[in-house]
Amino acid sequence: MLSQQLFNALALGCVYAVFALGFTLVFGVLGVVNLSHGAVFMVGAYCALIAVNQLGLGLPAALLLAFACAGALGLCIDVLVLRPLRARNAPHLIPMIATIGVGIVLSSLAQGLFGAANQRFDADALPGQSLSFMGLDMTALELGIIASSFGLMALLLLALQRTQLGRALRAIAESPRAAALLGIPVERLFRMTSFVASGLGGLAGTLIGLYSNALYPLMGQPILHKGIAVIILGGMGDIRGAMLAGLFLGFAEVLSVAYIGSTMRDAVAFGLLFLVLLLRPKGLFGSTQERKV
Amino acid sequence: MLELHAVSKNFGGLQVLQDVNLRVPAGGIFGLIGPNGAGKTTVFNLITGLLQPSAGSIRFEGQSLLARKTHQITQAGIARTFQNIRVFKGMTLQDNVVAGMHAHLHYGSAAWLLALPAFRQQERWARARALELLSWVGLAARAQELADNLSYGEQRRLELARALATQPRLLLLDEPVAGMNSTEKTALMQEILAIRARGFTVLMIEHDMRFVMGLCEHIAVLNFGRIICQGTPEQVRQDPQVIEAYLGRDDADAADTVTDAAATLPGTATTAAADALAPAPGGSA
Amino acid sequence: MEWLDNFWAVYSNVVLSLGTNVLLALSIYLTLSCGMLAMANAAFMGIGAYTAALLSTHFDAPFALVLAAGMAAPALVALLMGAPTLRLSGVYLAMATLAFGEVVRIAVINSEDLTGGALGLNGIPQLTQWWTMLLALAGTLALLWRLRRARLGRAFEAIKEDETAAGLMGINVSATKLIAFTLGAAIAGLAGALNAHLTFFIGPGEFGFDRGVEILTMAVLGGIQNLLGPTLGALIVTLLPEALRSLRDYRLAVNGMILVLIVLFLPRGLVDPQALRAAWARLTQRKRAG
Repeated sequence: MLSQQLFNALALGCVYAVFALGFTLVFGVLGVVNLSHGAVFMVGAYCALIAVNQLGLGLPAALLLAFACAGALGLCIDVLVLRPLRARNAPHLIPMIATIGVGIVLSSLAQGLFGAANQRFDADALPGQSLSFMGLDMTALELGIIASSFGLMALLLLALQRTQLGRALRAIAESPRAAALLGIPVERLFRMTSFVASGLGGLAGTLIGLYSNALYPLMGQPILHKGIAVIILGGMGDIRGAMLAGLFLGFAEVLSVAYIGSTMRDAVAFGLLFLVLLLRPKGLFGSTQERKV
Repeated sequence: MLELHAVSKNFGGLQVLQDVNLRVPAGGIFGLIGPNGAGKTTVFNLITGLLQPSAGSIRFEGQSLLARKTHQITQAGIARTFQNIRVFKGMTLQDNVVAGMHAHLHYGSAAWLLALPAFRQQERWARARALELLSWVGLAARAQELADNLSYGEQRRLELARALATQPRLLLLDEPVAGMNSTEKTALMQEILAIRARGFTVLMIEHDMRFVMGLCEHIAVLNFGRIICQGTPEQVRQDPQVIEAYLGRDDADAADTVTDAAATLPGTATTAAADALAPAPGGSA
Repeated sequence: MEWLDNFWAVYSNVVLSLGTNVLLALSIYLTLSCGMLAMANAAFMGIGAYTAALLSTHFDAPFALVLAAGMAAPALVALLMGAPTLRLSGVYLAMATLAFGEVVRIAVINSEDLTGGALGLNGIPQLTQWWTMLLALAGTLALLWRLRRARLGRAFEAIKEDETAAGLMGINVSATKLIAFTLGAAIAGLAGALNAHLTFFIGPGEFGFDRGVEILTMAVLGGIQNLLGPTLGALIVTLLPEALRSLRDYRLAVNGMILVLIVLFLPRGLVDPQALRAAWARLTQRKRAG
C-alpha cells in the first residue's frame, strides 16, 4: 500500500534530514566539508547501543548519551584537526582530506573494538507497539523518529532565525572575518557548532540504528554518501534546503523501491545528485551563497 | 578599436552598470576613473568575458565579444592585468611570461612527446621572448626566481610582462600603480609610454590622478555605474560633476572654489585641483 | 641469479602491486597537477579492470588489445561525464566524483549477468608479466615527464595556480581540464587492466571508497610537486603493510592516519623540492658560518 510506505519514507527522510543538518551546519559555519560525519554518526549509534544493552538505560537516556558522546567527538576533531588548519588558512580541500582520514581511523577503531558483524539492540528496549491513525498503521518507533526529528529541526530553525546566537552563526557563515571584527567570539562558536552538529549526527545514527536494528562499523559510509547528495540537492550551506532535500530523498528512495525494485535504491541518491549538478548546481531548494573569505 | 554600447550589468537587484558608452580609439592611452565602487573593474570583467552584460553590446575591432569565452577574447587580442595581482606564484618569472604565450605556440602532441625540432625551436623562441618582455619591465635579471619572492610592485610589473606575452592589441590595466612608491610609479609611467610607442593600445583603471592625467589622452569617468564625463584630461578636471563625484555634494561650495581657482589660474591651480582630486595615500581598497 | 628467482617467487605479487599503485598515484597526480581533486580514479580503475577482464575471458583477445580497451573505456566515460562535472570546482568536484564512484560500484553490483555482481569475476588469465608492468610504468612516466615540459603541462600548472588568470593567457581552461581528467582516467584504467590480469579475480569492493582513499593517500603522502612524489607515496603505502606485519590488518586505519598527519604536519608531502632546497641552503649556510 503506497500510503503505508508514506511513514517509512517520512521516517527515513527525517533521519536523512537530521544527518544532513549536522553536515550542513559545519559546512555553512565552518566552511568545511566534514567527511568524518559518517563515522560520528556510527559512534553515536554504538554509544546508544552500549547505553541500552550494557548500561540498561532507557531510550531517552540513550539518545542523550549518543548526542553527548558524538558531540564530544566532534569537538575533539575540531580542536585537534580543524583548528590547526584554520590557523594556517588552509584552502578548503585540505580540511576535507583530513576528515576523510579521521573517518577512516574511527571506523577502523570501531571495527577493532566491536567486530564487523551486525549488532542489535536488546529486543525489549525497542518500542514495539503499532498505532493506527486515519486508517494507516505505523509503529511507535517510526512515530518517535518522525516526531523527534521534526522537533529538532524546528528547534534548530528557531534558534538560527530568532536568537542572538543564531544571528551570530549566520554572520560567521557570511564572513568569519567580518564577524570577528563585530566582536563575535568566532572560535568559541566554531567549537560549539562542531559539538552540536556532531551531536545531531550521533542522534541520526541512533535513530537509524533503532530503525534498522543492525549496527556495523561501516554504517556511516552509505549515509555519508547520501548526506553529500542531500546537501548538494538542498543547496550547500542552506539549512532549510538540507531538511527539505533529506525528506525528499527519503521519499524518492522508498518510492523507487516500491516501483523499480530495491537493488538500485542507493543509486537513486546519486542519480538525483548528478542530474541536479548538471542542471541546477545551486540545488533544488536553496540558493548557494558564495562564502566571502 | 573597442566599443561599449549601452552596456548595463545587474546582479540580482543590484544595478552595477547602467547605459555605459565607451569608445576607445586605437593606439592611445585611455583612462577609466571614478570613485571606489563605481563599477570600473566590472567593466573590465565584462570586456574579458568573465561576466556577461545584462544589456548592451561590446565590440572589439568590429567583432562582438558577447558570449565568447575568456580564452577566445584573449586570443582575439585583449590582455588584462588585475587589481589584486594574480601572478602564478609557484612558477618562475620566465615561466609566468611563457605561460602567456600559450596561444602562440603551435606544436602537436608528437612534437612534445618526442622532442622534435619544431617543439625545441618554439620553446627556445618562447623563452627568449619571455626574457625580452621581462627586460621591458626591468625584471630580466631575476627571470629564474619564483614569482612569490617578488615585492608587490615587482609582481605588478611581472603581470604586465605576462599580459604582453599574449600578443594583445589592447591592454587592460587594472590599477597598475596601486601600492607603488613614487620612484616605481615614474618608472612604470615610462614603461607604459614605451609600450604605447610600440603600437599597443592601453585602457587603464587608476586612482592616482597625477598618473592618469599625465599619461592618458582620453579619460572617461564612471560614477555609480554611469559615465558622467568623457574627454581630455583638461575637460575632465574641470567638469563640475566629476569634482562633485570625488569631493561629495556637501562640499559643493568647496568644489565651486576649486573650479573657480582652476578657471582663473591655469598651470599651478590646475595642478592643485588635480592634487585635490587624488585620494589620500593608501586610500583605494 | 638464483637469489633473483627466489626473490621473485616470494615477492612478485608485491612488486607488481607496487607497479599498479604507482600508476594509480600518477593518475591522480595528473588531475591534481591541474588543480582538480577528483576522487573518481578508483571507479575508472574498476571500469578498466572489468572491460579488460571481460574481453580476455569472453573473447580471448590479445593482451595489447585488452589493455588498450582497458584504457579506452574509462577514458570514454571520463569524456562523457567530465564535461558537465568539471564545471564544478573544489569540494563540489571532489564530492561529485566520490558520488560517481559509488554509482559505478552500485551499477557493477546490479549487473550480475555482465559483471558477476557482488561475487565478482573469476578466472581472469594471468597475463601480466614483469616486463608488461615495467613497460606500462616507463611509458606513463615518460609521457608525464614530457608533458610537464610542453605547453600543455604549463597550462595545467597555470590552471592549478589561478584558473581565471590562466583563461586570460589564452588557455582553454575547460578543454584542458577535460584532457587532464580523461588522461588520468586512461592511466587508472591501465592500472586496473594490468591488475586484473595479475590477481586472477576482481570484485566491486576493490574499486570503491577504500581504494579511492588509498590512491589519494599515496599522492598526499608523496607530494605532487613532481613525478617523484606520487611514486614515493605509492612505494610507501604499498610496502608499509609488508614491512610492518602488524599493520597489515589495519591497512585502512594506517592510510587514514597518514592522511591526517601529513595534512597537519607536512602539507606539501614528502617530496617537496622547495622545502628541501631551503633546508639545504640553511645547512650549507651554517657550515659556511660555523
